[in-house]
Amino acid sequence: MTEAGPITDAASTTAAQLDDFLENEYQHGFVTHVETDTVPRGLTEDTIRLISAKKNEPPFMLEWRLKAFRHWLTMSEPKWSAVKHPAIDYQDIIYYSAPKSMKNGPKSLDEVDPELLRTYEKLGVPLKEREMLAGVAVDAVFDSVSVGTTFKDKLGELGIIFGSFSDAVRDHPELVQKYLGSVVPPADNFYAALNSAVFTDGSFCYIPPGVRCPMELSTYFRINAKDTGQFERTLIIADEGAYVSYLEGCTAPVRDENQLHAAVVELVALDNAQIKYSTVQNWYPGDKDGNGGIYNFVTKRGDCRGKKSHISWTQVETGAAITWKYPSCILRGDDSIGEFHSVALTNNYQQADTGSKMIHIGKNTRSTIVSKGISAKRGQQSYRGLVKIMKSAEGARNYTQCDSLLLGDQCGAHTFPYIEVKNPSARVEHEASTSRIGEDQLFYCMQRGISAEDAVSMIVNGFCKEVFKELPMEFAVEAQALLSVSLEGCVG
Amino acid sequence: MLEIKNLQVQVEQKPILQGLDLTVNAGEVHAIMGPNGSGKSTLAQVLAGRDNYEVTGGSVEYLGKDLLALAPEIRAREGVFLAFQYPVEIPGVSNVYLLKAALNNVRKHRGLQELDAFEFMKLMKEKMKLMEMKQELLYRSVNEGFSGGEKKRNEILQMAMLEPKLAVLDETDSGLDIDALQIVAKGINALRSPERSIIMVTHYQRLLDYVVPDFVHVLSKGKIIKSGGKELALELEERGYGWLEPGADANKAASAGARATA
Repeated sequence: MTEAGPITDAASTTAAQLDDFLENEYQHGFVTHVETDTVPRGLTEDTIRLISAKKNEPPFMLEWRLKAFRHWLTMSEPKWSAVKHPAIDYQDIIYYSAPKSMKNGPKSLDEVDPELLRTYEKLGVPLKEREMLAGVAVDAVFDSVSVGTTFKDKLGELGIIFGSFSDAVRDHPELVQKYLGSVVPPADNFYAALNSAVFTDGSFCYIPPGVRCPMELSTYFRINAKDTGQFERTLIIADEGAYVSYLEGCTAPVRDENQLHAAVVELVALDNAQIKYSTVQNWYPGDKDGNGGIYNFVTKRGDCRGKKSHISWTQVETGAAITWKYPSCILRGDDSIGEFHSVALTNNYQQADTGSKMIHIGKNTRSTIVSKGISAKRGQQSYRGLVKIMKSAEGARNYTQCDSLLLGDQCGAHTFPYIEVKNPSARVEHEASTSRIGEDQLFYCMQRGISAEDAVSMIVNGFCKEVFKELPMEFAVEAQALLSVSLEGCVG
Repeated sequence: MLEIKNLQVQVEQKPILQGLDLTVNAGEVHAIMGPNGSGKSTLAQVLAGRDNYEVTGGSVEYLGKDLLALAPEIRAREGVFLAFQYPVEIPGVSNVYLLKAALNNVRKHRGLQELDAFEFMKLMKEKMKLMEMKQELLYRSVNEGFSGGEKKRNEILQMAMLEPKLAVLDETDSGLDIDALQIVAKGINALRSPERSIIMVTHYQRLLDYVVPDFVHVLSKGKIIKSGGKELALELEERGYGWLEPGADANKAASAGARATA
């Protein structure tokens, strides 16, 4: 190409083209060019041995993986959800990809390839010391490896362990062995079994007894390499009386092929401990015709193992072509509390089948589910939830609220609540509503000088307010902005 | 300020406005009265730019511009304000948030700096006092759970904040008790100025006792059939609209005759 480009291009940009541009805009769609260390496509026991060897894992870990793999071979994909997608060829996926520069294990963030650091900077998550986000410790996961963790030493002074899962397997094998798979067993479901066999990295966090973690802990997941699946494994343990607030963010480049992200997250809260887990999920959703995008098939479960323990899930799901996830709580300890607050948005051809499970086992256990679904264009969404009160759960209480908001007339919202009560003293409430953004509401805002797009995002944000207030401050702001971007081009 | 010529509007193929002419100069207050279904609210909605109203003929010039060519939000930013007959509820969006977004959009359009939180609150409190509104209404969701009177006062509050050049008040007096009516009237009167024009669409003369118009127009079957000064409103109060309808007496006679033969 010559220096002087065709100048007529700019002039011929019509309003329609601008619309297309707006609709396609996914702000984190860039690709980082780094040399990678990649295993061959496909999945066999040898692939797993190779992954385990690359990570210098102790023998118990390899055994655990192989056992999960052998079980996975006997399983088939779940068919009960409402999502539809072409068959996934599990032999056509690359199960491990890491930047070559990470191979020698940089000792500190100073030694990390600047190209990788730049990637996170671009995503708004600076890792370098002088630019770090105050009050938030970040573990940055790039494809199959953790690039680095900020504030690691400072947290270490309090006895808090926070870093990559791979490090934890090597440095704290006793904790990993004790808790890994204790909430989501390897054979739990098809995707969890696959994850257990091939998981590469994720975060590990342990808060010792009585410690209140002084900052937000967070993991930023980035899928970069082509045809690669990301199999994240996260394990968070809050020991007796401990408190931690953790959040995760996710993005990926724009690509025409679908990519698989099959994660497992396990939370364990012992007596009087509290874990707040927040997700802002913004995987590449595919283009406006439904090409490409991440399949986000995730198993997240928290175990309120101790008395008066408390686990809350807050999620804002705006990305991914397909989301299949049901963050759940097992309320084992007496007087324990489980919460689920969710905003899920499906635009264009996105599909989401999401909800929560609350399993009440202990006495006087309480749970709350607040689910807000927004569908635009051809987006399809299902809320699927289970509230199960076991015989032992004397005095258990649940409150569930599912609200759906529709934009346009081609989208869909569906609700599948399952309720099983085996103790007559239990109290279970379920409320559901479906509404459409009213023309009246839009016109009212526009008559006050607010553009249609701003009006939609204002109305949607109002609809989601109950959930956003559960997010840590900085992320509530980010979530609002994200929602606006994701809705761009769906009116007018 | 505003020049409406031969305006024809239909809704779902049904003609509502059928050749309406109206000129409003800066600083004037016009009252538009008329029986139900005469097209009063349609006029208000069309001026504000509502969809579903199809303009089939005529023109509307506002400050030298073709008003009908502007998008609703641009009209608002250019200074056209509609006080809604039925203010809309927006759950989860606080009153103060909506107002701030609205005001800053309008200011930006006029080349003014956006107000910071402090300046905004100062202005807000001043106007709330004028409208005798409780502070807590600021933080409640827009119009959600507001009483009828509170909703209408909220409309005038918004108008006071946005300082429009042309305000169209669509039955702002309906559903108000006498106390609320007086407060609303006080708010409107405070906004009267030589640079601002006000069109009040109303069914009753009641509001006009408190906000005295310069002109009164009677709308019937989509046309203005009589215009006059404030005394016309009093006459209407006394005699109703019937005497003004074109060929009113003949119609009455004809329908009576039809009934007799049935």
